[in-house]
Amino acid sequence: MLIKLTGGRVYDPAHGINGKVVDIYVRDGRIVERPYDGERIDDEYNLAGKVVMAGAIDMHTHIGGGKVNIARTLLPEDHRGDPVPHSELLRAGCGHAVPSTLTTGYRYAEMGYTAGFEPAVLPMNARQAHLEMGDTPIIDKGGYAMLGSDDFFLRMMAAKKDQNAINDYVAWTIHATQAMGIKVVNAGGINAFKFNQRFLDLDEQNEFYKVTPREVLKTLARAVHELGVPHPLHVHGNNLGVPGNVETTLNTMAGVEGYPLHLTHIQFHSYGTEGDRKFSSAAARIAEAINKNKNISADVGQILFGQTVTASGDNMVQFRNASHAHPNKWVCMDIECDAGCGVVPFKYKDQNFVNALQWAIGLEIFLLVDDPWRIFLTTDHPNGAPFTSYPHLIKLLMDKTFRNEMLSRISPDAQAMSTLASIEREYSLYEIAIMTRAGAAKLVGLHDRGHLGTGAAADITVYTDNPDREVMFAKPDYVFKDGHLVVRNGNVVKVTWGATHVVKPEFDRSIEKELAKYFDAYHTVKMDHVKVTDQHIADDGRGHVQVQACEGRREKTA
Amino acid sequence: METFSQAGTIDSVTCPFCGLLCDDLTVEREASGQLKVAKNGCQKSITFFGRAPQTPSARVGGKAVELKEAVAKAAEILGAAKHPLIAGLGTEVQGMRAVMSLADKAGAALDHMNSNGFIRNIYVVQNSGWQICTLTEVRNRVDLLVIVGTDIVSLFPRFFEREVWNSASMFDQNTANREIVYLGGRNIDTTAGIAPGGRKPDVLPCDPEHIPAVTAALRALTAGKKLHATEVGGIVVADLEKLAQRLLNAKYSVITWAAGTLNFPHAELTIQNVTEMIKSLNKSTRASGLPLGGNEGEMNANQVSAWISGYPVRTSYARSYPEHDPYHFSTDQLLASGETDALFWVSSFNPDRLPPKTGLPTVVFGHADTKLEHEPEVFIPIGTPGVDHNGIMFRSDNVVSLPLDQLRASSLPSLSQVLTAIEQAL
Repeated sequence: MLIKLTGGRVYDPAHGINGKVVDIYVRDGRIVERPYDGERIDDEYNLAGKVVMAGAIDMHTHIGGGKVNIARTLLPEDHRGDPVPHSELLRAGCGHAVPSTLTTGYRYAEMGYTAGFEPAVLPMNARQAHLEMGDTPIIDKGGYAMLGSDDFFLRMMAAKKDQNAINDYVAWTIHATQAMGIKVVNAGGINAFKFNQRFLDLDEQNEFYKVTPREVLKTLARAVHELGVPHPLHVHGNNLGVPGNVETTLNTMAGVEGYPLHLTHIQFHSYGTEGDRKFSSAAARIAEAINKNKNISADVGQILFGQTVTASGDNMVQFRNASHAHPNKWVCMDIECDAGCGVVPFKYKDQNFVNALQWAIGLEIFLLVDDPWRIFLTTDHPNGAPFTSYPHLIKLLMDKTFRNEMLSRISPDAQAMSTLASIEREYSLYEIAIMTRAGAAKLVGLHDRGHLGTGAAADITVYTDNPDREVMFAKPDYVFKDGHLVVRNGNVVKVTWGATHVVKPEFDRSIEKELAKYFDAYHTVKMDHVKVTDQHIADDGRGHVQVQACEGRREKTA
Repeated sequence: METFSQAGTIDSVTCPFCGLLCDDLTVEREASGQLKVAKNGCQKSITFFGRAPQTPSARVGGKAVELKEAVAKAAEILGAAKHPLIAGLGTEVQGMRAVMSLADKAGAALDHMNSNGFIRNIYVVQNSGWQICTLTEVRNRVDLLVIVGTDIVSLFPRFFEREVWNSASMFDQNTANREIVYLGGRNIDTTAGIAPGGRKPDVLPCDPEHIPAVTAALRALTAGKKLHATEVGGIVVADLEKLAQRLLNAKYSVITWAAGTLNFPHAELTIQNVTEMIKSLNKSTRASGLPLGGNEGEMNANQVSAWISGYPVRTSYARSYPEHDPYHFSTDQLLASGETDALFWVSSFNPDRLPPKTGLPTVVFGHADTKLEHEPEVFIPIGTPGVDHNGIMFRSDNVVSLPLDQLRASSLPSLSQVLTAIEQAL
């Protein structure tokens, strides 16, 4: 099967292609340089005047796992506002803040996204995360396993186990959970909350293990790096949402001795304490630090106004913020001496000073960080806003007039505290393609996605250029997934099941002897039963596991 | 590749017969496929694994037929129904996925056989949420366990062995010092709550219908309110005051209930009193709820339904999109109101859970050992997950899922195979 995409303007930053007219050939799901001599072209699409990019990649979106399903169970009234009937082709479900799994897959594809990564896979809940992602059609998926508040790791830290032993445990966890990387959430804080600690700053000790978040972050950042896992340690910082947390965030960047670090939903970690209300934007300081420290990347976690639900592993913070729940109901859980979760519905209001400033802070960060390869477009779905608001967010970044018009409508006090109106920058299509494609694929470690070079998977999105970027990005003309035409004119026309991406770093399997004993002594399941098999992911033909290459152990400690 | 048709001993077997999902059983298999629990059994698992292997044929109108014919008849009934009900739902995750797909296609309603209990918890979550924990947290942290209205062990036999009187704990707690309080209920067997050293649990009994008043009083007392009454539901208020103080002083208390046993009108309000008390205790110390359940695949049904439809069960696809109504879409209500016209009943773990009596066309997907009181239009015997075929099962805490492994050779189809065939025949 050979497809030719003819005459489109191609934005492929991985190869430096910025709007050049290039023909693309796809054979059996992969991009090829050219047909064989005399090879018949089975399908040709005339894309003259159209904008062509790789399929978009959401590198941080809560689409699977316990807390997402708790959020669904918590909010029947939200689902009732967006019922999704079945069609000849598509199954029924519901949308808005936490869509059902099938609707999630359809709607991502309809926006030109072809991959999404669940950032908070609790090892003890990993199978559920994969089951839910397994029922999410069309897009590729994967997850980052959460460590840093789990007893076994903190026990190793307290016992001052050497880095090699820790690396083995981290690698074992990646294998057992079928993950693409490692995330740490409120390093050590979820655990500390179980001992009734209510805050945990970077250099504060967990009262049982006497370990600090700084030590956790440094050790895990180093482990991920030394294992050759492409995705840097994915960090949800300590003190989320706390005015003045900019200091914690800057110290976090500085505290990992140059190891690569990805700071997620950094908007929630960029707050100062200036002004009458002791709440201010620290976006400029954060952006400056990102610009300076090349080992740091971040996604924004932009908030947009309206009803949503916050679902997080950070139950320490979620419990603290539960009084803001809207509607007034929330769930917090302590989970398996492994992690936790907190689910708090939330309504961001444009006339609320704090919410309005959060909105402005997110946009300031987007616009003040120079390098689009190190800043990523997210709303931390659904925490800042549902992923379906991405086209609106792209318009805010690409259209200064529109942005300033929106700015003029928010709380005047928040306007007065923001520098947003003075920022001239407008993102280009090329920069959007970096942020949502090439950069995201590189950051996650998807070697064959996010670009349109020879050998890449044919995940391709085609748009009609439109000065209204929201309209343009909401409804692509065509989306190809692995060479199949899955979306035409913004509607799904074929349902496929994407791959689940994983990495398999090398490690010393003798760690299983110790782990098996540990599970028998303290846990309520056997170590072997924690492991998610390929069959659990691919059963019933819902996709398959794709192993992405690790670089092998880097600078292994002697 | 395991040879399922030979005799052998299998370690680390997971038992799906109650919500605890103990995964440390040793099961012996005879060449005939007869299984026997050799280690770490309980009364429930011994019965479950010990059932003689059988391969009854499918039946249509009481007559043995080929599976294909039974599938065709089931598809005919489903296709003719305006609002079929798929209930029971005693199955594992793959089976439940197949149920969801079929329900979407057929415009069916969904309910689980244990929903009358489970829905009380759902009401609480939908109305106010809660603060809860999972079994390994209990095993390693609990210092005060308050049990509301149940003995636990008649539903979950190994609960105390595995989660309370465990010998090792992560944080060097001497588990024998854990305090147990049974609150409410009459004639409850409290022997499992006796500590290894012989220390007896505290028991504050009351008639079940007084549990709402007792829990409301306890909540008020933990919030620092004074009560004018001197006793509530037969329990001296001074004793409740002491319990309130212990909850406030505990480092990590766990308050547990089994929604199915709180069998009085509007028990959800009692559960809510407990869960709101827990939220409030957490202002100063740590406390967690532990809703116990998960028998007959109750969590599988609700989890899979929630991610595929957005809602837990008692959801209907009649309008071509899912609608959730915990009252109208209950099995009892749908049968009583005449708003369903065909019953599809699933029970793959337990042959004793029979479909409700109804004059409607009925299709039963049952455990091979099922003995029906009334012959349905169609009976299709299905394999037991974790015995005859693989599966995945969610535990009582609704977080941990465990793989169920096939233990013996079996010719019985899985529920998902049968339902997929029916869907194709529609």
